[in-house]
Amino acid sequence: MIEHHGVALAVFVALIVLTLGITVWARANTRGADDFYAGGRTFSGPQNGIALAGDYMSAASFLGIAGIIALSGYDGFLYSIGFLVAWLLALLLVEMMRNAGRFTMADVLSVRVRRQAPVRRAAVVSTVTVSVFYLLAQMVGAGALVSLLLGIHSGERFLMMSAGTARTVTIVLVGALMIFYVAFGGMKATTWLQIIKTALLLAGSVVLTALVLGRFGFDVSSMLGSAAGSSGQGEAFLRPGLRYGQDVPGDAYRTIVNKLDFISLAAALVLGTVGLPHIVNRFFAVPDGRAARTSVSWAIGLVGAFYLMTLALGFGAAALVGRDAIVAQDPSGNTAVPQLAQAAGEHVGGHLGGDLMLAFIGAVAFATILAVVSGLVLASSTSLAHDYFGQVLMLGRPRESQEVTVARFAAFLVGALAIALAVVCRDLNVAFLVALAFAMAAAANLPAIVLSLFWRRFTSTGVVAGIYGGLVSSLVLVFFSPVVSGKTDPVTGESLSLFPAGVDFHFFPLENPGLVSIPVGFACAVAGSLLGREQPDRERYDDLSVRALTGAGSH
Amino acid sequence: MMGDSEVTGRQGGEPGPYASIAGYERFQLLRGRVRRAALVVGTVFLGWYFLYVGLSAFARDFMARTVVGHVNVALLLGVLQVMSTFALAWAYVAYARRRLDPLAGELR
Repeated sequence: MIEHHGVALAVFVALIVLTLGITVWARANTRGADDFYAGGRTFSGPQNGIALAGDYMSAASFLGIAGIIALSGYDGFLYSIGFLVAWLLALLLVEMMRNAGRFTMADVLSVRVRRQAPVRRAAVVSTVTVSVFYLLAQMVGAGALVSLLLGIHSGERFLMMSAGTARTVTIVLVGALMIFYVAFGGMKATTWLQIIKTALLLAGSVVLTALVLGRFGFDVSSMLGSAAGSSGQGEAFLRPGLRYGQDVPGDAYRTIVNKLDFISLAAALVLGTVGLPHIVNRFFAVPDGRAARTSVSWAIGLVGAFYLMTLALGFGAAALVGRDAIVAQDPSGNTAVPQLAQAAGEHVGGHLGGDLMLAFIGAVAFATILAVVSGLVLASSTSLAHDYFGQVLMLGRPRESQEVTVARFAAFLVGALAIALAVVCRDLNVAFLVALAFAMAAAANLPAIVLSLFWRRFTSTGVVAGIYGGLVSSLVLVFFSPVVSGKTDPVTGESLSLFPAGVDFHFFPLENPGLVSIPVGFACAVAGSLLGREQPDRERYDDLSVRALTGAGSH
Repeated sequence: MMGDSEVTGRQGGEPGPYASIAGYERFQLLRGRVRRAALVVGTVFLGWYFLYVGLSAFARDFMARTVVGHVNVALLLGVLQVMSTFALAWAYVAYARRRLDPLAGELR
């Protein structure tokens, strides 16, 4: 144990030093708003595509999905597929969004409206809400994860800290680094951080996949058989249904609720991606619409290849590490991949090989967390500074240097808020927040984006109604859902919700609100346009269409 | 750069400077093509994805059928989803290069 602490710690420190160096370089090369928000728009399509993949592949997908596959088999792969297929929607919209906008989603939405302030305000509220929820999930996860990676169990002490303190220290350290990267380095530092992270993540996954498949003579079927055998579930492990949309014998209502919940999650994943603020912001880091399209096609290739490898990682962990050993470390399976790395490394290079592989994969996971949280903070601060301060408060005439200063300050503020919330929630199960963030992005942002670009009758009343309608319905439904109250473990009676057992005010049966809130978002957007007194502005819509489709007048 | 905010950051005042191009025949051709391509790709991938999700939820016996060794229909369809995503992305990008970019270039 002690020696892998040492190796892991050394790798972590090296990574931090490298990224801090990049941030200092980026600070020296960041002059105006274009640099801070969009990295000077100098990144090439492929570079930005690698960074997009980095923004997207969170620790939840690297460790989380592989963990779900290791414990629940095939169902983890359902998650991967939703995450990947969603990118086709991004591919269809990215060029138009890049052409019409400047730095943020609100820029795209406000091209065609006469009164921008309400639209911008709504977009800021939704951007910051989605980002902070997603951020919270990542940071709480980071606290738990780094402790696990360093092998600090409850009761043990590490560098004189107890497990609880180590968790808090990790959250604060991750938060401080993220604030530093964003506030000083802006989009340039964040992009290079993403590129390094993607390179590490893919290298780690390729090596591990090769080691795992090698153990089975590169015979996928025999790996699957071995995984099914040691899972204790037999062939059911290789089929859908162990985790999502479970059949409950004799309870038709429960069964159908489970299935609808699964469809709701699938809808949120596939429709939410293109509304995620940190993804949308990255559409603007390239010179033109064509480069933006190239970046999305690169992202599709990288993300797809990665998710195929999670199959080998997840089933490999089930086969080589085994269910009992994984659950003993972490009941939700987040340590399955690090454990697999250690096992695979030991098989090749003995004890030292195991420690090195574990340290390497630990560093990959750490870089993954840092990169994703930085992207989220950058998106929030860009929206607050550019949309709210620059366009609403300063009426679209801010001094550029002033606006960038506000952006740096906003990064600090959002980061501090996220740290505080994450420390408060550090012992809660907040994994549902990732799916919630996707549902909110799909319900609030997607209708506004799609209807702005394609619907002639859309008005600013419609944008505002759609954003608030989708956001509020998602939040209200999730608050009254089993993830917040009323879900208990049928065997132990322990609470599986946010609130302790005994508190139960849930009335909405689904854990993911998407199935209801996404249609609500679209309905509000349409109703607001048709029922509001505002007349659609045909001329401005034509202007937006020409800009979006041809790239004329783009920034 | 910030001076450009006269264009996007206008609050009321003159409507968009590019609106007149929307009446050009070439532009309407471009818009028709973009909308058709988006509709086709969107319908195909969302339909195929939700078919896969529906099969995973409701047709478990079909998904459980063995194809070869321990590989079953579910795994095969999952991998096919990944492959079809690659294929659709490639096809859309190829179409955009051939049929959309030249038109957009003419109008810019």
